[in-house]
Amino acid sequence: MDIVKEVLEKQQRALEKYKPITVDKHLEVRLDIGSLLCTDPNDLEDKELKNNKEQYLLNLTRDNTQLLINGIWALPTERVDECIVAKLPEPTTVLPRLRKPPGPKPLTKWEKFAKEKGIKKKKRDKKKYDEVLDKWVPTYGFKRADAEKEKEWVLEVPKNADPNEDMFQKKIDLRNEKVAKNEIQRMKNIVRAKKVEVPRGGYFGPEVASSGQLLTAVTVAKSSTASVGKFQSKLPKEKEARGIGVKELIPGAKRKASHISEQPEKEVNLDLIKSVLNKKPKYDIEKAISLQKNENKLERESNPIEKDRKAKKGKGGKKGGGKGGKKPKGGRGQRAPGKKLGVGRKRR
Amino acid sequence: MSLMRIRKPKTRKGKQILLAREPQLIESTRTMLFLDGRKCGGDVKSCMRDLQQLRKPLVKVLNRNNDITPFDDPSSLEFLTMKNDCALFAFGSTSKKRPNNLILGRIFENEILDMIELGIKQYTSMSEFKTEKIGTNVKPCLIFNGPRWNQTEELRRLRNLLIDTFHKDKVDAIRLQGIEHVISFTCTEDLSILMRSYKIMLKKSGQKTPRIELVEIGPSADLSIRRTKIASEDLYKQARKQPKQLQPKKKKNLTYDELGNTHGRVHLGKQNVTKIQTRRVKGLKKTPEEKRESRQKKKDLIKAAARELLKNTE
Repeated sequence: MDIVKEVLEKQQRALEKYKPITVDKHLEVRLDIGSLLCTDPNDLEDKELKNNKEQYLLNLTRDNTQLLINGIWALPTERVDECIVAKLPEPTTVLPRLRKPPGPKPLTKWEKFAKEKGIKKKKRDKKKYDEVLDKWVPTYGFKRADAEKEKEWVLEVPKNADPNEDMFQKKIDLRNEKVAKNEIQRMKNIVRAKKVEVPRGGYFGPEVASSGQLLTAVTVAKSSTASVGKFQSKLPKEKEARGIGVKELIPGAKRKASHISEQPEKEVNLDLIKSVLNKKPKYDIEKAISLQKNENKLERESNPIEKDRKAKKGKGGKKGGGKGGKKPKGGRGQRAPGKKLGVGRKRR
Repeated sequence: MSLMRIRKPKTRKGKQILLAREPQLIESTRTMLFLDGRKCGGDVKSCMRDLQQLRKPLVKVLNRNNDITPFDDPSSLEFLTMKNDCALFAFGSTSKKRPNNLILGRIFENEILDMIELGIKQYTSMSEFKTEKIGTNVKPCLIFNGPRWNQTEELRRLRNLLIDTFHKDKVDAIRLQGIEHVISFTCTEDLSILMRSYKIMLKKSGQKTPRIELVEIGPSADLSIRRTKIASEDLYKQARKQPKQLQPKKKKNLTYDELGNTHGRVHLGKQNVTKIQTRRVKGLKKTPEEKRESRQKKKDLIKAAARELLKNTE
């Protein structure tokens, strides 16, 4: 017991050498150690504040800082690179953000479809062994284009290809078209996500649009004004928009033309049957006359000379005359049933 | 613009900047924009300079004079903070009506959230204190003295704004020897704020926790509150909303017992005991005689059942 008392007394004396680290306060101080913050709700001494402001403030701050430090020293510590580091808890004061937290991103058209069908992304291997080149070739990214070029220095051309067509250029054009289409789809996705209303032809206003854009807008508008399958006819000097992506904008370009006509179906069908059954051979009268003339001429000439030639010619002539003139020749059918002939410039 | 155009970034750097301006899950540290008003000099200017020193490197300083009156027309301030990607701003100006005027404010969604106009009654800058200084990039301890801080909504908001201005960034751990700086704000009865800044000296105390002694180093200012513009409760609540993904996910089906062991429950679901996949052992396979026997048994059972039925119907 004595020894214990002695030790305690010794410790007490040792502590008395140093200044205390405890602080007495009326009201509890609120600590937020996570942000190294201390709020003291105790009243201020007005007298002291008036007389020796700086000293009073110093002492007050010192007391509060001591409490904060006591709190920090009570935290679990660890050793990082020869320093002792205390792990701070989460701060309790909530500071406002700069922007709202991000909402769920709206899915793109493909993502929606893939989700519905359950299609999952398959990761491509970075390198693939190519038999032709006999080496490992990247399937995407850096140096893929070079590998493709190496492989396709020669292109197979189908038999019925136009000899003047540049097949390499055609390939490049196709690729560019795809890239442009992809870009348009990407923009559409962004527009859908941002919920911006953009006109179909991408036409923003006469001040902003270029001549090409105006042309596209007119082409799209012309197709859009169609109703019940009837399209607006082209004006005499009108140009149509050409280029990559215009076909996408024309509404209904992917679908076939409507088969609804003015006449009721029954009548149309009856007309069709009549025309098939009443088919009479067409006589090209002028040609028949000229043939007959030829025949007569030859008869007169070769009458005394040969009978074989005459017979042959006669047969030939009779054959032509007998069968009823001509075989049906193409290019006489109507292109657009409702289109008035003679309107519009001939397409070259 | 009535019809918005989607501006595509042409460079990779531009794309990164535009992406940084979108809402992020974890936001970057808040930088402060320093602006001068039409006339700015004297105490205000030195106060702003000291603030920049205290906040380095999360600081963006604009040098030119701006003819802006934030309380009348906040739009140019909003534009500047948006362009410079800053969440806080300090606007200093001097006029006959409002000498030594400092406006501290913060932004939410490209609009001003809170704005407080402080008048600097008395100011001593850092350079005037001839004592040993502390290093830069030190996170300060913040002390708020006085019962007034919690009494009105305005003062509570001001306290939050001051914490935002001075606390620099959020840290997970702090070096025990690196706690060197403390800033104290005292709110007196007549609504003036006394800001004092001290250096912490850790002295021996005979115990593990050291005794603190303070030496005044930094700027000392006596501020008065002139005008305030604080956001409504709803907007403030909305601004403080944290995304759900950042909240720690609670692990279910875990229990800890007194010995410190972790117990977990694994739910399997209903099992069809007869159809569990087990290893096939050839020795246990039925021989042809056994198969015939089992078939015969089944037949007998069916016949017996049929007889029973007939009996019952008779």
